[in-house]
Amino acid sequence: MTQAAAHDDLKITPLHALHIELGAKMVPFAGYDMPVQYPMGVLNEHLHTRAKAGLFDVSHMGQAWIEGPDFETVAGAMEALVPGDLLALAPGAIRYTQLTNNGGGILDDLMITRPAEADRANSLFIIVNAACKDEDFKHIAANMPTGVALKPITDRALIALQGPTAADVFAGFAPEAVEMNFMTARAMNVAGIPCLVSRSGYTGEDGYEISVPEKDAVALTQKLLAHADVAPIGLGARDSLRLEAGLCLYGHDINHQTSPVEAALLWSISKRRRAEGGFPGAAIVQKQIAEGVTRKRVGILPEGKAPAREGTGIADEQGNVLGIITSGGYGPTVGGPIAMGYIDIAHAKPGTKIFLAVRGKDRPAQVVTMPFIEKRFHRTKP
Amino acid sequence: MSEIRYTDQHEWVRVEGDIATIGITDYAQEQLGDVVYVELPEVGTQIAAGDEAAVVESVKAASEVYAPVSGEVIEVNEDLDGSPAGVNEDAMGSGWFIKMKIEDMDELDKLMDEDSYKSFVEGLD
Repeated sequence: MTQAAAHDDLKITPLHALHIELGAKMVPFAGYDMPVQYPMGVLNEHLHTRAKAGLFDVSHMGQAWIEGPDFETVAGAMEALVPGDLLALAPGAIRYTQLTNNGGGILDDLMITRPAEADRANSLFIIVNAACKDEDFKHIAANMPTGVALKPITDRALIALQGPTAADVFAGFAPEAVEMNFMTARAMNVAGIPCLVSRSGYTGEDGYEISVPEKDAVALTQKLLAHADVAPIGLGARDSLRLEAGLCLYGHDINHQTSPVEAALLWSISKRRRAEGGFPGAAIVQKQIAEGVTRKRVGILPEGKAPAREGTGIADEQGNVLGIITSGGYGPTVGGPIAMGYIDIAHAKPGTKIFLAVRGKDRPAQVVTMPFIEKRFHRTKP
Repeated sequence: MSEIRYTDQHEWVRVEGDIATIGITDYAQEQLGDVVYVELPEVGTQIAAGDEAAVVESVKAASEVYAPVSGEVIEVNEDLDGSPAGVNEDAMGSGWFIKMKIEDMDELDKLMDEDSYKSFVEGLD
């Protein structure tokens, strides 16, 4: 096998040997040797996650603490870098937000948690994209005031358990996790292992993300995989799951040249932050909110069966260029091609008929609202 | 007995008289993963050897299928439109793509026989 040699300079996660044992096909991703699929195959892994529970190794993502004298100081310091409302976070709440640049573009998207635990009352917990983590951590560290510091977490794996039966499965290992609401986090023992558990994910399904000590990661993963409902899921299905859920993939659907307003992520910016600004590029974002944008990220449903991949041009009936597909492929649950992309604002309304240039042929499609599937997050409180 | 030949792009061609049935190999379907769409040419299209004859889309990506020989497309496998997964299930049989009327039988000599293709694939792993 030449595969091992070709991947010598790649980093590995604590679950690497387990992936190989499970028969995964490994590929380089964001500097890591990661499983793109297991013997089940991308299509069935996707469908399994929507039917039961899928287990994902997301240990390549960047985990860090932001620590300071107290919550307000730390949240205030991070608010200088992101448009998300962090001061409003209740203990145990998670916020999806973006690191922005001075042009209002997106350096990365990330999850920020205010820990519920008293001994972490002066911290925020962040999870950033693998491909961006070194730059993100440098950027954040360089912009923290005296007394506030970023501490990368390098001794923890991160696994996600996603799907309609994820909560039932997880209840067997961590009973207190059942009552958690979506986008909340708690420290708890999972099968006796101290973990930070978030009820969150990036598949459009209910589920958990579990930050687990590196030394216990394989044991916990094997315990979860031993449940009849749980199958290991690779990056291939992770991508089709998030696309069906209408979620952005950094470097494709959002980047340093797309603003949160253009990316249709305005929902992640609270009224106070829209009014007060105070994050990089705020003036540009506020101007876009007030005056509108010229292009916007939308969902796109091709009419035929041919998938329209990233980079496919979008045009109107006369052939005028309207935009470009940023993510596209086959949606196994939808049972047909789906896509998202940026389109001229005059054509961004759901129901608008457009044409996609796939292999030299203009193929009809329409702008649709996302997600492409019904989301099934767990929320008990009103 | 029909004769099967292979290309280094993982197409197979089964020859009966001057008719070539063309598909992708089992190795190719395994590399592609789940096939979700196959775009086939119109019957009557003239295709030169090495030119694009079809496109096969898996969950992961789109891949071109090249004509192993030159000729006219005389039939396409319409079953693949409704069940593209047929390519994964029986790539060398019912998952065939097109039938062509071979223009120049000599072109077959440039293709690999089963043993050569087998060693070719082994060399790739």
